[in-house]
Amino acid sequence: MANATITAPVRPLATARNRKIGAGMVRPKSIPLTVIMAILVIYSLLPLFWLFVGSTKTQGELLNSFGLWFSGPFSLFQNIGETLTYDDGVFVRWLLNTLLYVVVGAGGATFLALLGGYGLAKFNFPGKKAVFAVVLGAVAIPGTALAVPTFLMFSQMHLTNTPWAIILPSLISPFGLYLIWTYAQDAIPSELLEAARMDGAGEFRTFFTISWRLLTPGLITVLLFTLVATWNNYFLPLIMLSEPTWYPLTVGLNQWNQQAQTVGGQPIYNLVITGSLLTIIPIVVAFLFLQRYWQSGLAAGSVKA
Amino acid sequence: MNKKHSTLRRVATAVASGVALTVALAACSSGGSTSADSGSASDITAALQKKSTITVWAWAPAVKDIAKSFEKKYPNVTVKVVNAGTGNDQYIKLQNAIKAGSGGPDVAQIEYYALPQFALGDSLADLSKFGMSDLESKYTTGTWNSVNLNGKLAALPQDSGPMALFYNKAVFDKFGIAVPTTWDEYIAAAKTLHAADPNAYITNDTGDAGFTTSMIWQAGGHPYKTSSDGKKVTIDLQDAGAKKYADMWSQLVDGGLVSPISSWSDEWYKGLADGSIATLAIGAWMPGNLETGVEAASGNWRVAPLPTYEAGSAATAENGGSGDSVMAASDNKLVAAGFVKYMNAQEGTKISMDAGGFPSTTADLSSSEFLDAAPEYFGGQQINKVLAQASKDVVKGWSYLPFQVYSNSIFGDTVGQAYADKANLNEGLKAWQKSTASYGNEQGFSVTSK
Amino acid sequence: MTTMSQAQPVARATRTPHKAKPDWSGWKFVGPFMVVFAFVLIAPVVYSIYLSLFKEQLIGGNQFVGFANYAQAFTDPKLWDALGRVTLFLIVQVPIMLTISLAAALALDSARLYLSSFFRIAIFLPYAVPAVVATLMWGFMYGTQFGLVRNINDWLGTHLAPLSSNWVLVSVGNINTWEFIGYNMLLFYAALRVIPADLYEAAELDGAGTFRVIRSIKLPALRPAIVIGVIFSIIGSFQLFNEPNILRSLAPNAISTYFTPNMYAYNLSFSGQQYNYSATIAIIVGVLTAVIAFIVQLTGSRKEA
Repeated sequence: MANATITAPVRPLATARNRKIGAGMVRPKSIPLTVIMAILVIYSLLPLFWLFVGSTKTQGELLNSFGLWFSGPFSLFQNIGETLTYDDGVFVRWLLNTLLYVVVGAGGATFLALLGGYGLAKFNFPGKKAVFAVVLGAVAIPGTALAVPTFLMFSQMHLTNTPWAIILPSLISPFGLYLIWTYAQDAIPSELLEAARMDGAGEFRTFFTISWRLLTPGLITVLLFTLVATWNNYFLPLIMLSEPTWYPLTVGLNQWNQQAQTVGGQPIYNLVITGSLLTIIPIVVAFLFLQRYWQSGLAAGSVKA
Repeated sequence: MNKKHSTLRRVATAVASGVALTVALAACSSGGSTSADSGSASDITAALQKKSTITVWAWAPAVKDIAKSFEKKYPNVTVKVVNAGTGNDQYIKLQNAIKAGSGGPDVAQIEYYALPQFALGDSLADLSKFGMSDLESKYTTGTWNSVNLNGKLAALPQDSGPMALFYNKAVFDKFGIAVPTTWDEYIAAAKTLHAADPNAYITNDTGDAGFTTSMIWQAGGHPYKTSSDGKKVTIDLQDAGAKKYADMWSQLVDGGLVSPISSWSDEWYKGLADGSIATLAIGAWMPGNLETGVEAASGNWRVAPLPTYEAGSAATAENGGSGDSVMAASDNKLVAAGFVKYMNAQEGTKISMDAGGFPSTTADLSSSEFLDAAPEYFGGQQINKVLAQASKDVVKGWSYLPFQVYSNSIFGDTVGQAYADKANLNEGLKAWQKSTASYGNEQGFSVTSK
Repeated sequence: MTTMSQAQPVARATRTPHKAKPDWSGWKFVGPFMVVFAFVLIAPVVYSIYLSLFKEQLIGGNQFVGFANYAQAFTDPKLWDALGRVTLFLIVQVPIMLTISLAAALALDSARLYLSSFFRIAIFLPYAVPAVVATLMWGFMYGTQFGLVRNINDWLGTHLAPLSSNWVLVSVGNINTWEFIGYNMLLFYAALRVIPADLYEAAELDGAGTFRVIRSIKLPALRPAIVIGVIFSIIGSFQLFNEPNILRSLAPNAISTYFTPNMYAYNLSFSGQQYNYSATIAIIVGVLTAVIAFIVQLTGSRKEA
């Protein structure tokens, strides 16, 4: 196992593209295996297919037709239009809110994890062990344990019902910190840092000119995972925000779904479904485009336990 | 001539001093601040001329239109209408805001059953201090009693929800079922319907706290009593009325005669549309929901008085409906009070009604325009005649708990289990009573659980 | 690249020896993370502990009660019901989910699949879906009157009732599994991909078959990843909240307000305004989770050595 940790960092980067397959030679493709995996894929994609089919139906059709196939007039574009304009275009507002939270929150979280992980990996400083213990312990704390006290704290500071109530808590990603820490240990050779120090470069200068580039796959992995986490953030915004002005998409969709349950309320399930579809697409696209980065990033993280 | 002169002088003096007094009083009471806890009608009018903004939390769709109309009448006032969630979701946020001391609205829509809980914490401004007690005659007794709590006027009634029986005539005709007038007939109809079509049910019920309390209300029960200081509470969910209801309704639940669909789910809307849910015993605000949510069944539904326990009697209860309150923490109470008055006692009532709301104002309930309405959705039936009569038949003397919102939230844990196990509902009620009482004691009330 | 691997052994030998004088420069990097961390995690935890020592009543105000809340919690049947449920969930759902993920990862790695990149993305997709949307989708499909389950019951003559008291935990488990199979699969797959090719070549020379290879090479290499997967899943199970909470409106009698410890804490705070007791519950569950995660971590790493 010791061998694996030393040689590992070299291989993922080099062989991501030209890696020898499996046991070192090309094996014949297996149809039965493919079929079994296909079942898993159907399981994974079924609800998403249902979502897509649902978003092509009108509200009336949704309630009257079989869920897994199209029915009635094809209304996808109408639904999209209605989703974006309903209630004075609040969906677009929610989309912009979510983008704000993601850019500042996920961006900020990645930055903090990058700095912190690098510090943990490459420096020995007093209190390092305490930092480890505390951060790892923090992961075990249920979100709900923190929700109420955080809410009470923030309301004393008049932060509730503002974007800060969402952004500040999302700046901490213990998983991101851990990932960068493990990645940095292997990806940044210590003698590189020694050389820079001997040249008289300050620590930050070294970091911002040399080190962070070596961490790119890890960085992008953390970015993607914090992106998903902030994009899908639901519970904390639900508590912190009382008015729809600052809702992210998740909370907004939930409110639309609840709307049917009210006096004189109009069920708008078709908008909930179309809105859900629109909410998922950007994340899917992000993952598709940045595939190779997060795979090698995860690799390094999982090797070191 | 002298006499006239002196009379004139006297009148002039009187008027002058009257004006001076009014000016002095105005200066004292409003003092330039609109956060006063009290004010007269003229104070309110004065405040409405000044530039200000208020926030209103409400989910009733008509409120946005009312706000726009209000802004036209008082151009210096901006009204921000926010949908902070429906019912319980909004109450959670209100409670959070009250606890945090900030972040709440100036005006909030609160359902009648939840008003005692908010009034208890002194979180609601007393509208009688704004001269609104004299609006009593405008409203039905039932709704006025719901907003007048412990001598304070906690809200102005927005709408009301006397229960009636909404039924799908097409389904009844298909299976030859007559409209039931008593609960025994209702149960018989349930059996006939389900036997003829195993996919159809007389109604759906997976357990609903509001429905249950309203039905106990109709049966003459008085399970909740609170002392005037608000500290002592008696709970008896096995009194005569409660038992009467539970024994009757258990026959339906235990007999598998109610559809296991939860109200307000998408399956529920489907069931109402295709006739597999044949009736709804529900508040008079339902027509609006049917018209927007169950378009496919247009023309099939009708309204009848709620079945009763004794043939020939007429009794019903309020089910749902809300009032609008001014929050005690608001720093703009005069304007907020003015808005509430506009919305629920002046022009706003018409806008609500046009949006499908069921009024709580007696004038509207007895206007011929209202009573003669014959909506197409209900096949031209003059449904408001039935519903207006229902609002007169509401049983008197009901009150909710000062922690009803919480109690309703644990309904599923307790009575819900009786539904799940198809056990007798009385067992469920006992469990509900026990849990509610222990909560009350936890919270410092002295609860007598009978 | 080669210079680095050659230089590394040298670098390790001449690495900066542990100085007697403490070097604080690491704090420059770890500092920012820790400052935000202290604010959004440590402060609420401290406040939570403070809250748990008091009791505020609707009538009677706020009072110091010491450990009375904890004593109450230890004899609270609702808490133990909830804990029992998530433990059951943990014991059943986590092994199933991780086994499927493992099998899928091994299948992908074997290079004997057609369309393996498509499979990889398709199975991972559910992770990108917010829990709100996932639960809404599955909730619609679980409907026994009009949902997909109704169709299945009609076709196959079964009497599935996913939202009944007996089955609702399974239904929640299904949603959870659906959401995370892809994520765990990738965690394992990434670990598999960094296994050095020479290990496989050696196995080839020894004439080892597929299953021997899996047992002797792949599984040991996967151990750290499996440990991480297990730990995160344990934490996730104990913190179960989003899915049952959203599903509750569809199954109000099957899902109680104390279905999971997190839901119990949430409802105590936001329905009952019993913030103090809620904080107590959250702390107890948090500590329990941390202890169990720590034990798993120890067991996992010990086996490794």
